[in-house]
Amino acid sequence: MHEVDMTKCLLLSMQEWSQQHAPQRPSVQRVHLQVGTFTCVEPDQLVFTWRAAVKGSWLDGSELAIESIPLVGRCVCCSSTYLPSAEAGYRSPCCDQPMEEIVSGRELKIRSVDYSLSEPSPADTRRLESRRTDSSLTPQPVEI
Amino acid sequence: MHMPLEDTLGLNLLAANDHQADHNREHFDAWRLLCLNVMSSPGAGKTSLLEQTLTVLSADLAMAVLEGDMTTQLDAERLEAVGVPVVPITTGRACHLDAAMVSGGLKLLRQRLDPASLDLLWVENVGNLVCPAEFAVGEHRKVALLSVTEGDDKPLKYPVMFREADCVLITKTDLLPYLPVDIDKIETHIRQVNPRCTVLRVSASSGEGLEAWHRWVRLQVQQQLVRTAPGGAPALVTA
Repeated sequence: MHEVDMTKCLLLSMQEWSQQHAPQRPSVQRVHLQVGTFTCVEPDQLVFTWRAAVKGSWLDGSELAIESIPLVGRCVCCSSTYLPSAEAGYRSPCCDQPMEEIVSGRELKIRSVDYSLSEPSPADTRRLESRRTDSSLTPQPVEI
Repeated sequence: MHMPLEDTLGLNLLAANDHQADHNREHFDAWRLLCLNVMSSPGAGKTSLLEQTLTVLSADLAMAVLEGDMTTQLDAERLEAVGVPVVPITTGRACHLDAAMVSGGLKLLRQRLDPASLDLLWVENVGNLVCPAEFAVGEHRKVALLSVTEGDDKPLKYPVMFREADCVLITKTDLLPYLPVDIDKIETHIRQVNPRCTVLRVSASSGEGLEAWHRWVRLQVQQQLVRTAPGGAPALVTA
C-alpha cells in the first residue's frame, strides 16, 4: 500500500504550494495528476488514500483527478513509436526490438491545482504570521 | 471574493522524497562513498549474496550496511556476524525504504563511525518487487535480484523494478539442474524491458559468477571516486 506514502509526499507538496499564497487561503477543488501506466501506482488506491488523508484537513472536500498516461516506446531500429505490452514482451512490433526508449508512461506528476482564494480573516492572518516564523512547517530535508 | 483559479505545478508527485534522496546523495558524494540500493522479492537471496560479498570485498574496501526489514532484525544480525557495521532500519508497516528512513539510518551510523572513512554503503531494501522501484533513497546505482526459482515471467510482470535497475543478478543458479526453468529466457525477458542494464548469473552457494559481480561493484566504487575527486566530473547519478 505504497499509495499511502505517495499521498504523504503529495500532501507535503500541496502544503508548500499553499504557503506561496499566504496570507490568502487557497480553497482547493481539484488536484490534477498525471500517472503513467508504467509506474507502480494504482490510481483508484491513490484516490482512496487521498480522500482518507484530507478528511478534516484544509484540503477536505478536494478531489484528485488522475489522467492516465499510456506507455509509449520508440523503436531503437526504425524510430517509430509503439505501445509496448507485457503480452508482446515489451518488444516493438515493427522491428521486434527490446524496449530501449520510453517516450511516456513513467509520469508521476502533479500537473495543476484548481482553487479559489478567499481574503483571510484577522485570525487567519495571525495564524499564518506565526506559521511563517515557524520553519518546522516548511518541508525541509532532514539533516543527517 | 472567490475566483476560480488554476496553478500549473509540473512537480513530481514524489518531490518530497526526491528532495530528501538528493540531500542524502549530496552527503554520499561529500564523503566520496558509493551507495548501492539492493532490491528483490522476499527470499531472492539479498542477504546471502551480501554475506558472501561483504566477506570477500572487506579485504580491500571499507563498507557498512543499512538493513531494511519490516519487523525483525534477523538479516542485520546475519550481516553483523561478517564483521561489517550494520544499522537495522525496521520499517513497520511500510513495504519499502524511503529517503527519510535512510537519512535516519545514516544518523545512527554516524554515531558509530565517520562515513568519510567508507568506500561503499549498501542499502538492503525490504523484500518487494513493486514499491522500492519508485522510492529513491539517494543511491548511485540500483541492483535488482531475481532468483531462478521465481520463474522467467517476473521481469514482464514487475517490469518497473527491472527497468530501473542498473545491474540485475539472476541468483541461485546452483538450483538450475532441479528446476524446469530456462535461464536464457529469464535473461531475455530482463533485456526486453531493460536492454542497457548489466545482467549477471550468480550463486552465493556455489560461488558461480561472483567474481564478475565483485568486479562490477569495484568498478562502480572506482567511478564514484573519480567523479567525486576534487575538480572532478559532476557526481554520479543513476540514469
